[in-house]
Amino acid sequence: MTDPIPVTLIGGYLGAGKTTLVNSLLRNAAGRRLAVLVNEFGSLPIDADLIVAREDNLISISGGCICCSFGSDLVAALIDIRTRGQPIDHLLIETSGVALPGSIVQSIALLPGLAIDGVIVLADAETVEQRADDRYMGDTVRGQLAGADIVVLNKVDLVSLEHAAAIARWLAEIAPGARVVPAEKADIPVEIILGGPPDPRSMAHRPPPPRHRTADYETLSLELDSPVDAEKLGRVLADPRLGLLRAKGFLRGSDSAFVTLQVVGRRSQVEPAPSWIEGPGRLICIGFAAELDRAAILAAIKAWSCGHGLTRERSVHRNRQPPC
Amino acid sequence: MTTIYEARKVVTMNPSRPLATHVAVREGRILGAGSLDELTGWGAYKLDRTFADKVLMPGLVEGHSHVAEGVQWRFVYCGYFDRTDPDGTTWPGLRSIEEVLARLSAANVGLSDPKQPLTGWALDPIYFDNRRITREDLDRVTTTRPIGIMHASGHIMNVNTRALELAGLLRAGINHPGVPLGSDGLPTGEMKGPEAMTPLGPHVGLDRSLLASDEPGLRAFARLCVRKGVTTAADLANLLPQPAVDMMLRVSGEGSFPARIVSLRIARDISPAELIDRVIELRKSSSDRLRLGIVKVIVDGSIQGFSARLKPPGYYNGAPNGLWYVAPEQLREIFERALAAGVQVHSHTNGDQATELVLDTLEQALRKSPSPDHRFALQHCQLANAAQFRRMRSLGMCVNLFPNHHFYWGDQHFALTVGPERAERMNACATALANGVPMAIHSDAPVTPLGPLFTAWCAVNRVTASGRILGTEERISVADALRTITLGAAYTLGLDGEVGSIECGKHADFAVLEDDPTEIGGERLKDVRIWGTVQGGRIFAAATI
Repeated sequence: MTDPIPVTLIGGYLGAGKTTLVNSLLRNAAGRRLAVLVNEFGSLPIDADLIVAREDNLISISGGCICCSFGSDLVAALIDIRTRGQPIDHLLIETSGVALPGSIVQSIALLPGLAIDGVIVLADAETVEQRADDRYMGDTVRGQLAGADIVVLNKVDLVSLEHAAAIARWLAEIAPGARVVPAEKADIPVEIILGGPPDPRSMAHRPPPPRHRTADYETLSLELDSPVDAEKLGRVLADPRLGLLRAKGFLRGSDSAFVTLQVVGRRSQVEPAPSWIEGPGRLICIGFAAELDRAAILAAIKAWSCGHGLTRERSVHRNRQPPC
Repeated sequence: MTTIYEARKVVTMNPSRPLATHVAVREGRILGAGSLDELTGWGAYKLDRTFADKVLMPGLVEGHSHVAEGVQWRFVYCGYFDRTDPDGTTWPGLRSIEEVLARLSAANVGLSDPKQPLTGWALDPIYFDNRRITREDLDRVTTTRPIGIMHASGHIMNVNTRALELAGLLRAGINHPGVPLGSDGLPTGEMKGPEAMTPLGPHVGLDRSLLASDEPGLRAFARLCVRKGVTTAADLANLLPQPAVDMMLRVSGEGSFPARIVSLRIARDISPAELIDRVIELRKSSSDRLRLGIVKVIVDGSIQGFSARLKPPGYYNGAPNGLWYVAPEQLREIFERALAAGVQVHSHTNGDQATELVLDTLEQALRKSPSPDHRFALQHCQLANAAQFRRMRSLGMCVNLFPNHHFYWGDQHFALTVGPERAERMNACATALANGVPMAIHSDAPVTPLGPLFTAWCAVNRVTASGRILGTEERISVADALRTITLGAAYTLGLDGEVGSIECGKHADFAVLEDDPTEIGGERLKDVRIWGTVQGGRIFAAATI
């Protein structure tokens, strides 16, 4: 059986910047073959210069990506796109502006061959608080945010630093555990959304996290000699106090078999690792340099190790690509 | 050539001449209704006494149905109530799980291809003492062929073990609110809600694309119309891709096609600007028997599925509020563009909050594009309160209410969804009429059976399946109900100048009845026997359709 395709949901209310983010991901896919399913009234809103071919409701995009619309029937479109047989590395679903990502996550869990990677919800910094109070849409907007693993606080350049910090505090109540990543024009490093080794160029020149001055990202690469309880470690790494945005590791579990640990914001998942993985366990953590708590991460690994082997910091990088 | 039909009675719905004995027809149009003496003035005629012992009414108008009703009958009918198929066979209601399994087994024997799914519909286990149906029950019919049965509500499906296997769902560890698990940790085979049902659909013959109308389905639907006295029926939510439009134009244009279909373009897949452009295109391609050019927007979900948007205090059982299917910004853009282009929009709202959003949005849009006769309609609109009906009147809206719900689900609405008080005012037909809101009533077939006289009976009596009268004050008179299923529904579709009454100049569309609905009494309105129809001057007998 082949590995399930990772699925990232991109949600948020109308005008929050979902389509802008999708276009930016397509533009920076860097060899990843993305399949994008969009649901919004309107023809597929993909930037014209990315489009290679168009037939019915399917658009072919440079770099082996595809995009189609799913109308009201997401599950049918997912089944359909899987049966096309086109190679897909990562599936993105841009939900409708009134959809609740939480219920879509549950539907995807019923489909074989797909695995939820993360739920990204965009919030328009200028309007999100007002929308969350709207007498018609308030509970829908709050429900969207509550389902997020990572909230992209978009358009932060349009509000004051103090206001952005206040929104981040408010989001911590509405979406407990979710990370808040500020952005201008929905521009955030593609690695935060899609995983993979960070590209130094994509990590620079971003707005800083609330209450901090620099927006440097930090990447921590670790090697682990001991097996770990990956489920428990994952749950600790998903705690917002450790400051991770994303982590991926191939770790030896308590039975010594390799497992894949994925952390996306507050979500952590453990799955059997590909059969070719060997050597020591390794873990790459990405977060804002100002927030990533290295000591706490190392302590968590120690706490859930099943032996006394060493954990080595292979590298710590600010806005630089770690050696592979 | 003029034909003068003699009838036992002609109920015209024309207030200035409510009753007649004869109707003169030429080239599909009514010359007049009156006495034979009066009508001979039109010149040479042939007297047709086919209906001499029948009662003629204007052809009934179903203001909200789906031509997919014609497709459903390819599947095994598993409903609790007797129901007549397009061929005239009445399938007895099934009163126990054993009876359901027996009918499925009989259908199973008739299938030759071992892989072909066995598909059923209209199951309603709430009438089986609420005993849940499991995959083990259905496995008694077959373990080799997938089985899927859609519930009457459309919100739950039951499947057998084979279907779960094919969908990759016969596994432990599923954690989904719509997938109950048995003591063995595996799904019981009950799939609740669209998210849980859709993965099964392709394996049990309930693919969405299949449920859209096709050629045989459209013909079957029209035959059903004849059996129910319907000459004009609205097909309320169709994507209307060009091949489907071409097919519908061709089929409805055949000389033997007995109904006028009004098919609405659902607001989905395309932007508001494209939608309005497309609908204007569609309007131009309308024919006499296929009317296009109206938009349908779905605003919220359903009450029994707890997905309707309710105003405070919300659901009686404390369920969280329902789902929006359109954002206010999108609704506003559709309304504004439609008003500017003179396109009518029908909005599906079930909950009172969804209705309020439509009222607010239309009020704003009308300020921008004042439109004296826009006729925007609220469809279902089941929970609207008196204040909302007053606003409908002020804004020039019409409403199409859903009294069939009282009969089929009224007891549940009373006990579970909205509680006694709101269950009694649901589908407030009397309030709508008292406030002067132009009103239709509907079946939403295949959700409930097509049959305007049954729907009228529901509005007149408001009796639930268990015999409770739900909202005495909202019952309407037989005369009001009959006007509602003819002229009332025609008005909501913009066809009241063409159909809905028997008077000079209108299409010769009649319901031909064995019994007189104005004499039989409100309690027996649903028992009026229907001989067939006349549509555009062509005679269609139910017995030979």
